[in-house]
Amino acid sequence: MTALDVDGLSKTFTLHVLDGTRVVGLEDVSFEVTEGEFLALVGESGSGKSSLLKCLYRSYEPTAGRVLYHGPRGAVDLAACDDRTMIDLRDDSIGYTSQFLDEIPRVRAIDVVARPLREQGVPAERARARARHLLGRLRLPSTLWEAYPATFSGGERQRVNLAQALAPEPDLLLLDEPTSALDPETRATAIALLREQAAETTVIGAFHDTAVIEAVADRVAVLSGGRLVDVMTADAYVQEEGS
Amino acid sequence: MTLLEAEDVRAVYGDGCVRCLETTGDRAGTNQCSRCGSIVACAEIDVSVQRGEVLGVVGESGSGKSSLAELLALERGEATVGGDVRYAGHDGNLLEVDYQTRQALRTGEIALVHQHIRDGLSLEFTGGGNVAEKLLAAGWRSFEDVRARVSELFEATEIPIERMDDPTSTYSGGMQRRVQIARALAVEPELVVLDEPTTGLDVSVQARVLDTFRRIQREHGVAAIVVSHDLGVVRLLADRTVVMRHGRIVEAGLTDRVMEDPHHEYTQTLINSVI
Ligand SMILES: Nc1ncnc2c1ncn2[C@@H]1O[C@H](COP(=O)(O)OP(=O)(O)OP(=O)(O)O)[C@@H](O)[C@H]1O
Ligand SMILES: Nc1ncnc2c1ncn2[C@@H]1O[C@H](COP(=O)(O)OP(=O)(O)OP(=O)(O)O)[C@@H](O)[C@H]1O
Ligand SMILES: [Mg+2]
Ligand SMILES: [Mg+2]
Ligand SMILES: [Zn+2]
Repeated sequence: MTALDVDGLSKTFTLHVLDGTRVVGLEDVSFEVTEGEFLALVGESGSGKSSLLKCLYRSYEPTAGRVLYHGPRGAVDLAACDDRTMIDLRDDSIGYTSQFLDEIPRVRAIDVVARPLREQGVPAERARARARHLLGRLRLPSTLWEAYPATFSGGERQRVNLAQALAPEPDLLLLDEPTSALDPETRATAIALLREQAAETTVIGAFHDTAVIEAVADRVAVLSGGRLVDVMTADAYVQEEGS
Repeated sequence: MTLLEAEDVRAVYGDGCVRCLETTGDRAGTNQCSRCGSIVACAEIDVSVQRGEVLGVVGESGSGKSSLAELLALERGEATVGGDVRYAGHDGNLLEVDYQTRQALRTGEIALVHQHIRDGLSLEFTGGGNVAEKLLAAGWRSFEDVRARVSELFEATEIPIERMDDPTSTYSGGMQRRVQIARALAVEPELVVLDEPTTGLDVSVQARVLDTFRRIQREHGVAAIVVSHDLGVVRLLADRTVVMRHGRIVEAGLTDRVMEDPHHEYTQTLINSVI
């Protein structure tokens, strides 16, 4: 079953503050993702990986194209649905972690992770239990669970972010370089966790690290200059990179 | 479910004339009518808020945020207001209903936290008294019940309970803001309009006040309209955001979309000036 059908997706930024300069983020990108599939996005810096993920999450408003999402509300065009539909989908079906970590002042790490569950109506204790489980799996020292992420290191925050995205077990998970700031050992446990959850979840994630892609991805989409230039199996990609 | 729906609302200071709308707004670059001199504080505004939703309103000083906030909170200022405001469970246009109906809504379902503390609180009263006043206006009669509810609200908004019987004038700015919030939440309204909840507070106090409000807002599922010139405040609290300039909405959307992918020239300037 198709989970996501992206057709002709484009995003151009018009920078009025720079005399109307136009910057192309994405150009005519089309691909499909089947339910439960793990699609890795790769490409040089500036190739459009983050822009694509943000267009799917609607933090960026696509300039053209269609993003048919087959979720709990039937087929919805994420490029055109109204804001409230998007808010509802974010609440109960689509998760996202940003490449650059937003910090939430004065909310404890454990509550940052528990929050999406709380918003779905999960009782506080159950939500916090799940948060503890995930933070533990991601090897965040338990001494930090009750602390505020504002003071955390990049890698510590990244784990909080990832745990927050995983906590509500979304149907579609959009990950923007979720493991880039982790040390190898922590990265390995993060990958193991991702693999477990990914078995049930459709995932689209930007990655730089071939080893991570080998461990988690089914297919790889290669972006360059905002265009989708290649889609291949993860095996083929890993072989190509290795040679 | 839609709680409040405003269509084509406006607030004008002055007599107004037929050319007020065409001579003001974003394209005209002013909110003052060139013909009659009236100030079109806000006009041609469409907004709606659902139950439990937080709407952000941002814009520079003088763009009409407070005028809009007062209009939506059914507060009668000096402005001449027009347009259509509907509220769940009430018939008719609330800008036109009789005084009693409006007053009932303002003591029950809708609460406004004024930008200027003096407009919202009687500083010579005690902090507890300011909160109690709201309960009494809503028909609470038992002294014990009022006292218990005020203590509960002080606790929820993190104001030291031992200060309850001190004059509000002796409170710090952050505490006065909390008293305003406690007062606004006293009778569990469905909609709270917060006008610049952090002005005049230092940064650490700002964070705590916002935090307190956010926690209560989420726990009780109360809807809110949060007005601020501070993008950080709106980013933290609001699901959707509108950007105002010269009395008009120039851009509206999901808060993260407005912040990360601003379309309008003015919004881009606003966002860039923060970074
Ligand atoms: N909000 C924005 N406003 C203007 N231009 C943008 C914006 N976001 C992205 N771009 C531009 O779009 C292009 C693609 O950027 P994007 O961030 O999607 O790349 P990326 O593949 O994620 O890069 P990296 O690997 O460095 O994270 C770049 O030229 C970038 O400058
Ligand atoms: N009582 C009044 N009489 C005349 N003009 C007024 C009155 N109150 C406000 N105005 C004008 O209406 C316009 C909008 O004012 P308003 O207070 O709504 O702006 P604001 O966006 O809240 O600004 P700030 O960020 O400074 O609080 C301004 O030009 C202001 O000077
Ligand atoms: Mg990126
Ligand atoms: Mg104001
Ligand atoms: Zn006029």
